[in-house]
Formats: sequence, C-alpha cells, structure tokens
Amino acid sequence: MMSTIKFTEDHEWVVTNDDGTALVGITDYAQEQLGELVYIELPEVGSEVEKGDAVAVIESVKSASDLLMPVSGEIIEVNEELDADPGKVNEDALGAGWFLRVKLADEGELDELMDEDKYMESLED
Amino acid sequence: MSQPDETTRHTALHDLHVELGARMVPFAGYSMPVQYPMGISKEHIQTRTHAGLFDVSHMGQVLLKGENAAKAMETLVPVDIIDLPAMKQRYALFTNERGGIMDDLMVTNAGDHLFVVVNAACKEQDINHMRENIGDKVEIEVLEDHALLALQGPQAAAVMSRLTTISDDMIFMTAANLNIDGIQCFVTRSGYSGEDGFEISVHNDDAMQLARTLLAQPEVEPVGLGARDSLRLEAGLCLYGHDLDQDTSPVESSLLWALSKVRRVDGERPGGYPGADIILAQIANGVERKRVGIQPQGRMPVREGAVLTDTEGHEIGKVTSGGFGPSVNGPVAMGYVKTQLAVPGTDLFAIVRDKPVPVQVVKLPFVTQKYYRGK
Repeated sequence: MMSTIKFTEDHEWVVTNDDGTALVGITDYAQEQLGELVYIELPEVGSEVEKGDAVAVIESVKSASDLLMPVSGEIIEVNEELDADPGKVNEDALGAGWFLRVKLADEGELDELMDEDKYMESLED
Repeated sequence: MSQPDETTRHTALHDLHVELGARMVPFAGYSMPVQYPMGISKEHIQTRTHAGLFDVSHMGQVLLKGENAAKAMETLVPVDIIDLPAMKQRYALFTNERGGIMDDLMVTNAGDHLFVVVNAACKEQDINHMRENIGDKVEIEVLEDHALLALQGPQAAAVMSRLTTISDDMIFMTAANLNIDGIQCFVTRSGYSGEDGFEISVHNDDAMQLARTLLAQPEVEPVGLGARDSLRLEAGLCLYGHDLDQDTSPVESSLLWALSKVRRVDGERPGGYPGADIILAQIANGVERKRVGIQPQGRMPVREGAVLTDTEGHEIGKVTSGGFGPSVNGPVAMGYVKTQLAVPGTDLFAIVRDKPVPVQVVKLPFVTQKYYRGK
C-alpha cells in the first residue's frame, strides 16, 4: 500500500504508512488562517486518543486553537522540533511541520476522511 | 461569527482594506481589518521599526462646543480639563457612580472647542452619557463624517515632515491643524502603540486620498487591529472591556497618574465627578487589587481569563489581557492581583488548560515607550 493523504473538515491532514502508523498535522490553509505560530503544546507519547480528541494546542499571536485527532490510536512520536521552532508549521505544514505519529486503532476511520481533491474543493466553498 | 452585512458598518477606508487583501472581521459593529497579508507579527515589528498606518475610524470623535465645555466635561471625568492649555491633549476616564470606569478617552483642547475620542464599543453609551449630563451646557457634535487614521512608529515623524510642516514643539499629547499634501486635517501627536506617532482626523471625503498618500511613503505599511492589540499590550496600555470595566476603578487599574492633582482631596477642584467619594477614599486608603504586568516564564502564551494563583494554589487574581509580544519575542500579559502580591518579582501561577504555568509580576511596560517629548 502506498502512503495516502487524507483531510478533515477542521483542516488536519493524516498520512498513512503501510506499517499501520500515520503522521498527523495541520494543512497549509490552516496555518495561513492562523498566522505566525508562536507555541505548540504536543501530547505525551504513549497516550491513547480517540478520533476528535483535542490533543495539541496551536498558539498564534492572536489566539489558541486545538488540533483535533483525525483518527484514533496511540501517540507513538511527537515532533519535538516544534518546541523550539513552531514556525516550521508555517513554513512547511505538510512536511517538516508535522505534529505527531499515531499507531492506528482502526484503519476503517480513514474512509470517513476527505481525499485531496475533495478537501481542495471544500476550501473553495 | 460574522454579522449580517446590513448591521455591519464600513469606514471610509473599507474598500482600500479589501483592495490591500485585509482579513476583515466584525468589531464593535464595524467591518475592520484584523490583519493584512503581511501578518500580525510582521505588522507589529513594522510599527516598532518603521511606521504603520491604522484605520481607527470606528472610534467615536465628538466635539464639545461652548464656553462652558471644559467646566461641564470636568463633571464627568476625574481629570483637569479647565486648565488644559490650547492644543494640548489629555487621557481621561468616564467614571460611574460606583467609581468604576465607563470608558477611557482622549480629550484635546482644540482652541474654541474640545475634541474627544472615545472607544468604538462605548461610543453610543458615551454620547448618551454626555447628552444626558452636560447636553444642556454644551453643544455636542458627533463627527459621523470623519475618519481617524493613526500613523505610528519611529519613522512616522519623518513621513509627516515630508508631507506637511510639523513644528518642533509638536510633542507627545499636543495637537495641530495641518495641511497634509493638500488635505486639511486635525492631528494629535499620540497613539496607542507605545511608539511616537500621530492620530489624524480627516473628513471621509478625503480619507482615501490621505491613506493612499501615506501608504505610498516607503516607510509605511498598513497595520490591522491584531497588531494594534499586541503593540498596546507590550506598551502596558489598557484595553477597555478587557483591562478596564464598569466594576474596576482607576485606582485598582493603576491609572492613578491619570487622576489630576487639582481633582484630588487637596486640589483646587476636588471631586465633582461620578463616584468621586469612592475613588478619593481609595486613593487615601488603598484598594484590595491592582493591575500589574504578568510575565509568563516559558514560551506558552497566557491569555485573557486565566486564573492567577499564589504559589500555594489559592486564587488571587485573573489575567485580563494576554498574548504573544512579537517585539519581546515571548508571551506577555496583564491582569489584576491582590494588592499585597502586586510587587514586581512576585512568583505566581496562571492556570492554563487546567495546568499551573509559572508567571511573575513585572513592572509595565514590557517595551520602553518612545513618545516624542521634545529635543
């Protein structure tokens, strides 16, 4: 299985790997809306989270918002580089600005998310 | 959420904001630019290092006319207005009968009248307040057809000098009638960024041309309400409805400096404004809480509404403004604490998402105010 990218209505992305894990972050549209990020609070590695849980806090100059889990599972890694440089999310939201890696509890949840075409379409509304 | 268009008012510069790519948000009944494509952080730095142009036309501009204007105004504010020299400006507060603050405002003696600027969210209340209480003594003219532009930053004076003539004695908190590039304006050397700068009152018909002329200067970029908020917070300046309200007195809010000596107990004209007995007693006896600067110790912003506790976890106050200061390059906040803890260096905690975050009481402002006080 090739890695695929899926999106939520709340502007999170999830890229799955064939080892049953996935990377999670926020979209370029989301970082642009938030503006320059100044602080990111990441969850603890090892925590079990449900789809929809607010697991990370994203602080911009103006406001604080949540990253909502697009899928359920166990957090197995977080991007610690965001502690020192939250601006990585502004620079490269879909790459170096990833938030966390999760071990998927239910791969079926991915089917409920949008593919890239559908997500891009939703931004035009 | 955004309000329906029919209830949202536009300033004279609305089309320019849209043209410049601003993100417009509803604010105090107006559609206002919260930021431009540059973004809040860069707009903030732009204002601290060069110059920023702000549209603050949503604020209320009111003229008080008649020979009794200053005397009448003194019945509403704890400030010396009678002795305010011509073309000088003063910060003032409308107080209520409980000694709380109805609004903060700027009063300028414009020669044959007083020029008053009040907050957008309070202007209807303030105008009614003046009409009800001093309307029989002064003529109250609301400048509905005027825009207000703020040019702020260390290079604001150089920009103005290119387009008009500013005399050397036009220092902080003074005013002048200026012809800027052919446009007649009433200008005060003031603002709310902590930087040197000007607030320019101009007829709506000329506002667009003036704004375009100012933005055409190489030092100037448009700056939105987002950066206006972070600039004033770093400068330790209060935002009405957040740091000041109807239940907070000028003494509690550490605005004692704004209460003129002549209006105090030993002054020539003591009291004589709403809530004077309470406020004068507070000056004499002290208050239980005070507004202070709050410096979060880490990188995490501590925002409005966060509860403050002492080191033992007892609630002792609340954050009233908080965010990230781009010039400080770290979180900054202010709030109210019990007076015995309102001492710089006092360690406290702010409760953020149910967790205690170490903060310290600090002296305001977070950045040095750079007002022009003369050579």
